[in-house]
Amino acid sequence: MARYCDIFWSFFKIGTFTVGGGYAMLPLMQRELVDRRRWLSPEYFADCVALSQAMPGVLAVNMATMVGYHLRGIRGAAAAIVGNILMPIVFILALAILFRTMQGNTYVERIFLGLRPAVVALIAVPVFNMARTAHVRWSNAWIPLLAALLVWLLGVSPLWVVLAAATLGWLHGVLSKHNKTTKP
Amino acid sequence: MIFLQLFYTFLYIGAFTFGGGYSMVALIQDEVVRNHHWLTDAQFADLLAVSQSTPGPIGINTATYTGYLAVAGAGYPQWAAVLGSLLASLAVIAIPVALILTLCRLLQVHRNNPTFQRILIVVKLAVIGLIAAAALRLANVDTFGLPGLNRRFVVSVAIFAAVFIFSWRYKKSPILLIVASGLVGLIVYSI
Repeated sequence: MARYCDIFWSFFKIGTFTVGGGYAMLPLMQRELVDRRRWLSPEYFADCVALSQAMPGVLAVNMATMVGYHLRGIRGAAAAIVGNILMPIVFILALAILFRTMQGNTYVERIFLGLRPAVVALIAVPVFNMARTAHVRWSNAWIPLLAALLVWLLGVSPLWVVLAAATLGWLHGVLSKHNKTTKP
Repeated sequence: MIFLQLFYTFLYIGAFTFGGGYSMVALIQDEVVRNHHWLTDAQFADLLAVSQSTPGPIGINTATYTGYLAVAGAGYPQWAAVLGSLLASLAVIAIPVALILTLCRLLQVHRNNPTFQRILIVVKLAVIGLIAAAALRLANVDTFGLPGLNRRFVVSVAIFAAVFIFSWRYKKSPILLIVASGLVGLIVYSI
């Protein structure tokens, strides 16, 4: 049976050594949890990834919760979550304190003037990558386009867009099921 | 009461973002910049630069950073700001974690439910639009400077184009691109 400190340590390493968010963590998680520790089978790992994506929230924390709970129940989940987010919180907190005390420093300000347009590009790139993996075609491209326009130009809250999309998906499911049963 | 507002806001951000990481950016921006004015557009862009070049999930990074700056910006002392950052980080994971722990078994069984799958497909499509909206909203005077033939705007557009190409076409790591852009800014604006 997995020990709490092993669960903590594995997720601590995963949380500390991945930069760039949830999806960047997945390969490292697979190596640590499936290949090295042999806590999960590759199939179970894939199930956990699919489920984590289906749940709201932070992907990496969802994974940690699911795997920790699977190994040692609630306490296992707590060990995995704390391990996963400890170093990221310490890092960001240190940087936030540092930047606040250096506010108004001309050199820091110049660095950030260079960073800001780079960030816009780094957010724009995943839009195109995701469009490929989510199979966007002419027939369904109106959904992301409408979502972007509503939020960008009309200032609609992203919350309503997500809820509307969920309702649309549900209606689509109900209607196509109905079609199937009425067809001979 | 800023602590209550922070907790409630990040609870809600955690509960309504699907798809992890970037899909959170639009909702966080809406709440933190538009509704509560805890950060300016420029500070929000800085926060994204920081969270993309430090370890950890972007959702946690943004919650920690916003929690600290929001409380410190409201005039509270350092320890209260640290408390605020921890509070926001816990709030953003509270609802998903509670959901997973209570529904774990149920979810395993119903994962392949076709209705559930259809809902997810459409939500994922909409999320692509939300991320695009976040990028479009960020592309403003705060981040690029006033449009025209001035140094700031020309340099900003050049950095944007270069980072886009190196990230999209050559799959260069975000850390490398962020460090390079920071250096370019430091050099160009110091001349």
